[in-house]
Amino acid sequence: MKTVSFTLNGKPTRVTTDENRLLLWVLRDDLGLTGTKFGCGQASCGSCTVVINSDAVRACATAVGDVEGKTVTTIEGVATDGRLHPLQDAFIKHAAFQCGFCTSGMIMGAYAKLLKDPKTPPAEVLKELEDHLCRCGAHVRIVDAVTTAAAAMKGGAR
Amino acid sequence: MSPFNNDLEVPDGWGFVQTIDRRDFLKLTTTGLLVMFFVEPLMGRGSLELPQGGRGGGTPADLNAFLHIGADGRVTCLVGKVELGQGAMTSLPQLAAEELDVPLSAVDIVMGDTDVCPFDSGTFGSLSIRQFGPVLRRAAAEAKGVLLEMAAEKLQVPVTDLAVEAGTVVHKTDRAKRVTYGQLTEGKRIERRLEGRPALEPVSAFTIAGKTAPRRDALEKVTGKAKYAGDIVPTGALHARIVRPPAHGAVLATLDTSAAEKVPGVRVVRDRDLVAVLHAHRDEADKALGLVKATYTPSASTLTDATIFDHLVKTAPAGDTPFRGGDLAAGEKLATSVFSETYRKGYVAHAAMETHSAVAAVENGKVTVWAGTQTPFPLKSQVAAALGLTADKVRVITPYVGGGFGGKSASQQGVEAARLAMAAGVPVRVVWSREEEFYFDTFDPAAVHTIRSGIDAAKKIVFWDLVAVGSGSRGVEHIYDIPNHRTVVRGGWNGNPAGMHPFGIGPWRAPGANANAWARESQIDVMAAKAGMDPVEFRLHNLADARMRRVLEAAVKAFGWTPKPGPSGRGLGVACGIDAGTYAVNMAQVHVNKATGHIQVVRLLSVQDMGVVVNPEGAAQQTEGCLTMGLGYSLAEEVHFKNGELIDSNFDTYQLPRFSWVPKIETVLLESPNLAAQGAGEPAIVPMGAVLANAVFDAIGVRVHQLPMTPARVLAAMKA
Repeated sequence: MKTVSFTLNGKPTRVTTDENRLLLWVLRDDLGLTGTKFGCGQASCGSCTVVINSDAVRACATAVGDVEGKTVTTIEGVATDGRLHPLQDAFIKHAAFQCGFCTSGMIMGAYAKLLKDPKTPPAEVLKELEDHLCRCGAHVRIVDAVTTAAAAMKGGAR
Repeated sequence: MSPFNNDLEVPDGWGFVQTIDRRDFLKLTTTGLLVMFFVEPLMGRGSLELPQGGRGGGTPADLNAFLHIGADGRVTCLVGKVELGQGAMTSLPQLAAEELDVPLSAVDIVMGDTDVCPFDSGTFGSLSIRQFGPVLRRAAAEAKGVLLEMAAEKLQVPVTDLAVEAGTVVHKTDRAKRVTYGQLTEGKRIERRLEGRPALEPVSAFTIAGKTAPRRDALEKVTGKAKYAGDIVPTGALHARIVRPPAHGAVLATLDTSAAEKVPGVRVVRDRDLVAVLHAHRDEADKALGLVKATYTPSASTLTDATIFDHLVKTAPAGDTPFRGGDLAAGEKLATSVFSETYRKGYVAHAAMETHSAVAAVENGKVTVWAGTQTPFPLKSQVAAALGLTADKVRVITPYVGGGFGGKSASQQGVEAARLAMAAGVPVRVVWSREEEFYFDTFDPAAVHTIRSGIDAAKKIVFWDLVAVGSGSRGVEHIYDIPNHRTVVRGGWNGNPAGMHPFGIGPWRAPGANANAWARESQIDVMAAKAGMDPVEFRLHNLADARMRRVLEAAVKAFGWTPKPGPSGRGLGVACGIDAGTYAVNMAQVHVNKATGHIQVVRLLSVQDMGVVVNPEGAAQQTEGCLTMGLGYSLAEEVHFKNGELIDSNFDTYQLPRFSWVPKIETVLLESPNLAAQGAGEPAIVPMGAVLANAVFDAIGVRVHQLPMTPARVLAAMKA
């Protein structure tokens, strides 16, 4: 058992648990943040993607001890001050989802790229999403949403 | 029958009265207008062959709709359908709002809760709009009729002088005379029924349906707030990981759970054949499961994904001949060219992103199961049977479902959660691992099609002799003008001998129709090429069905198809299909890398006649989903297995379509105002295998006879 301290969606957070436990299940089971989804358990579908500092990371393959002192953002922390992020706006505008189960991971993958550089071209953002799976086949709309959001962020929207 | 009242007395044998959680239901219905609408089966299921797997057989008793109109004027649709991503929670309220003449924003919807929604056999078959839509419309129209009668009495005017505007009944000339739906229903329980059948609004007068409505699930899904079954956590709930065999047919020999039991916080629970380790944290339950020592006798199965096709042909039942006409021998005599081809397709997984998940809690002897399921009502019956409970002691609630595609028609995980919750005495969460998801999936069955056919000197198809093994009868009928023909169907969803398939099979988006269309439309192209005709022209030359001709001609125009006999080197393909009442034509363009065998799809077009379109944007989303998902079974998806063991059990080896695979997609929905709304969730996927196989042939002059068309198969076909 160890106490792991990190910033979660802007708030200082401490969890006392086995530091080898997986971030995904600490988020979901210990901290009640169920927006991050379990899809494969082996980092091959992207559903559990969260952002650590400014990197997109698969929470199902990350030990909670690894986030000590770091900043973790989940889908629940993307909207700020009651205002949706441009990616969320764009996903709604283009109906870029169907069942919605991959959506959190898709948004977080794109969010990380745009967090690092808000001027990242859409094609670069989509490269990040290549390893994110969507079974409903919402891909063409996700492409549109990412394109719209990237354009908005290039223009200064946050 | 069309009883209309707001009390809870319903016909015997229907079961709703016994299953109501009165506390919740009465909260909703003690005041206001409740419409319970029952209709006789409106239409037979027609050519729909309903697969097995958790679905009731026989005549559906599920064409029921409930509507509630509250004192605040808000309308609640209570429907047994569920939201799988297909958008029914958005499009069904459009229909209710349309018939009731209320704003769409005044309509709420409750879905898939067996205690408050009317029975429904399941969300599948592209039926939510096609079959359930008319029922909901009638319920809404009947409610409006009754409200108009009540308004006439209240305002002391003839009902014919009244009209409804946005939930308010208004006198047509004396506009001061008005009363809202809410005022009419306020504080009263209303028991009335309309004399005679209500008239439905003509489609041409639609103002809400037929137009794009924003998805109601959008905000919750982009903010992570949308709850799926695995996100429901009753107080004290524990995760369960169940001890599973390594292969289909393997039988548990020895079991030692002592190491797992020693882990703090772990409980081991056994209910007959079900053994599970429980822990509050999923990852710790996973770890404890790894400590369970179980040995199994090996599976007796010796089948592999390579030997399965001969096995299917050997073991499939003799089958039926659903379609025949003319004289095959006479037809063959007329033929100047005879074609004999065999087409194969492997098993395909549903692979919804949400694995089968359920949470069960027992309170005061009543079990509540939150399940990601396409069949909440059948699941309720299964839970009751498994636990030896009466139906009123089981409630199934369906939160958002993370994709189904037919795979969540089977809901074993709901029964497992309920059994374990009962055995453990605490709420239990069962969220299958991806490996369990593959292991217990009811795969789209492997299939073998052999077709002999022939054309005469005039390039007319003169005979067609098809034997379909494994894929059932949906969409198996040839759609062309062929005077001499026979279609034999050997094996489908019901009546397969034990051991024919080495694991579970079940409905997969347009069950069997993908395989059936792939074989038929490939064969048509084989003949077109030999005839030296452009594949579109060859189809039109042999096609009388005016509806399909219209769709095909519209596709030619939308795609900019210019005729050229194949192989033209352009990589263009066409294929037709009929499914769920909708006519679909797909066109494609591909590039084939002759060195690697890799197929890159560069363009896809879908043109459909699906009758009246309730939500055009929703229909477009479904169509895009069909085309994208269809890339998978056509190009890459195939379940590999050996001796009862699945070689593919996760996404490291089982490949789903990715962003780089997805081409430019165009969808066209033809105006079809005189035809009722047809299915949208499945038809456009049906032609995918053939349209890509035909495009590959057009690109490189080589026909691939097996799906998926992996690079290895393309290279092998090039060498052959």
